[in-house]
Amino acid sequence: MAEPTKPPPAQAARGPKSPLLALTLARIRIFVREPAALFWVFGFPVLLAVGLGIAFREGPVEPVHVGLPAGDPGTAEVQRLLDGKEGLAVEVLAADALEERLAKGTIDIIVRYRGEGAEKGAAAAPEGAGAAVVDLRFDPARDEGRFARRAVDDALQRALGREDVATITEHTEIPRGRRYIDFLLPGLIAMNLLGSSLWGVGYAIVQERRGKLLRRFAVTPMRRSDFLLSFLLSRFVFLFAEVVALLGFGALAFDVTVMGSVVDVGILCVVGALSFMGIAAVIGARTDSVEVASGFMNLATLPMWILSGTFFSYERFPEAVQPIIQALPLTALNDGLRAVVNDGRGLIDVLPQLAVLVAWGVVGFAIGLKTFRWR
Amino acid sequence: MAEFDFDNAPAVRCTALEKRYPDVLAVAGIDLEVRAGECLAVLGPNGAGKTTTVEMIEGLTAPSAGRIEVFGRPWGQGARSDRAIRGVIGVQLQETHFQEKLTIDETLAMFHSFFPVGQSADDVLAMVALEGKRAARVGKLSGGQKQRLALACALIGAPRLLCLDEPTTGLDPQSRRQLWEVVEAFQARGGTVLLTTHYMEEAARLADRVAIMDHGKVIAEDTPDALVASLGADQVIELELEGAPPVGLDALPGVRAVRPHGDAIRLSVGDVARVMPGLLAHLEAVGAPLQNLSTHRATLEDVFVEKTGRALRE
Repeated sequence: MAEPTKPPPAQAARGPKSPLLALTLARIRIFVREPAALFWVFGFPVLLAVGLGIAFREGPVEPVHVGLPAGDPGTAEVQRLLDGKEGLAVEVLAADALEERLAKGTIDIIVRYRGEGAEKGAAAAPEGAGAAVVDLRFDPARDEGRFARRAVDDALQRALGREDVATITEHTEIPRGRRYIDFLLPGLIAMNLLGSSLWGVGYAIVQERRGKLLRRFAVTPMRRSDFLLSFLLSRFVFLFAEVVALLGFGALAFDVTVMGSVVDVGILCVVGALSFMGIAAVIGARTDSVEVASGFMNLATLPMWILSGTFFSYERFPEAVQPIIQALPLTALNDGLRAVVNDGRGLIDVLPQLAVLVAWGVVGFAIGLKTFRWR
Repeated sequence: MAEFDFDNAPAVRCTALEKRYPDVLAVAGIDLEVRAGECLAVLGPNGAGKTTTVEMIEGLTAPSAGRIEVFGRPWGQGARSDRAIRGVIGVQLQETHFQEKLTIDETLAMFHSFFPVGQSADDVLAMVALEGKRAARVGKLSGGQKQRLALACALIGAPRLLCLDEPTTGLDPQSRRQLWEVVEAFQARGGTVLLTTHYMEEAARLADRVAIMDHGKVIAEDTPDALVASLGADQVIELELEGAPPVGLDALPGVRAVRPHGDAIRLSVGDVARVMPGLLAHLEAVGAPLQNLSTHRATLEDVFVEKTGRALRE
């Protein structure tokens, strides 16, 4: 009893002896053993790119869908006039079905032939014969409706003998980096980094706090910095995989090329991910409720998905909110990535965006580390 | 700066230790010593301050006042020194949920990497009888196996001091005995053990000394035998009566103390045979019909009831 204590003989360790390496390895293992997490990080953005890339692909232009009322005496005449015209798809349907399809947007315009010279314009009709009177029904709030009105008008007027007076030439090829998929892909990369950084760090911390694993770590000689760095290192491993997967997919499936330097893309992604992890550090600093943390993370991600121009340009939002939008980290990463990927710019050109990201990261980690609770 | 003194200093020395929360004084100024090589059990009901005390000793909770030394080295001499103290303590906290997606081997290797020295995972797993499960994911383990993994993680750094906070709560009797054997083996190799529990038999089996805590104070501290002997009564008679308890029981010859225990009454006595005739006659005289009567040797539980006026697991 009174004998001095002797520790059992120390022996060589199995596995990694560096705590940082061991913690990083554990985080990587936990992540790859979670099929749902793998799907959201790798599968989901690729599916989004496929879906949106196909939906907005250039290629055969969708024809104008023209509906004609069945049983109307003029329908046969309109059908004859519009038959075979390029860019028009004509269907004959019952009147109520027409209204329904117009409301759904599967028909763009309804055309009714009202006969010749029946209305007030008839007096001015040339060559003795009464001019045709046609009624067009469409929704002017839809781009397709307004376009259909012009297309049908044009087709009918020409069919009835209007002569063109000017020769029009066209060239419509879209320059590289200006297609929708070119715009979308950097946005998807940024959105993916936001999600995986927030959830990968914030959720893991909160879950370990709730499971009282954090306090178990806290009573070991593990360095606090190793704990933090293990998150950064494991995230960077997956960041590399995420960015390579999305860029590679874009290049193979949609021929999206990085116009600028790939190294610059990498630097932007790392700085962006650090910035988002700063936000995660704040969210994960204290709460032990996974639900509360999820709420805050959704609160952080969802508005930025909309405001920061992931799917469409944020310049459509009112002037008054632009300063707020510009200050968001996701906006900064979107703009930075698009400048490098689509416009071939360098890091010097995206210094303002890098500054926004660094500011979020520094403030986030400062607050997160200051308020962090191990229990 | 004080260094470790593994030869002469006690494993733990708490002086005037206090923990004050905004609404409660959890630990109300205690002096407590864990001698090197002994097993000290801190016994007490829920809310007595046991866990807070142990967490302060482990460096998890900062004391409001007082001083704690571990093998002569006080907490709070800088991050480096505190890390050195953590390096000699093996800890099992209440209900730690290890990462379910990692295997036992991977979990142990991770904890192993935190410590400057350590013992081999093979030895530790053999000690806690988990050799056959090394490749199993933590999420697939039973409650008892998880508890043994927690003990393995406490042992992997080859600690000199093992702090166990209610290590067998919720375990079946077999797992409990298994865990006791591991603790005894650790102590037999020269390790020091600090244990909190609210199981009497656990304290009686493992502890060289017992400290009884209640309301944030240590109200008794001695070997189990000495504590029981301090009652001055070897035997306890437990009575269940119809109606209200009669007066005058404490005046009977040979009765040292009378205490309610649930619906029953407990009499601490020196010799059952000498007390019994007088007791039965008294009950007869006051008209209190006897429903049940039993006797047992005095235990730590009786010490606890005597000192605090309530049962351990109320």
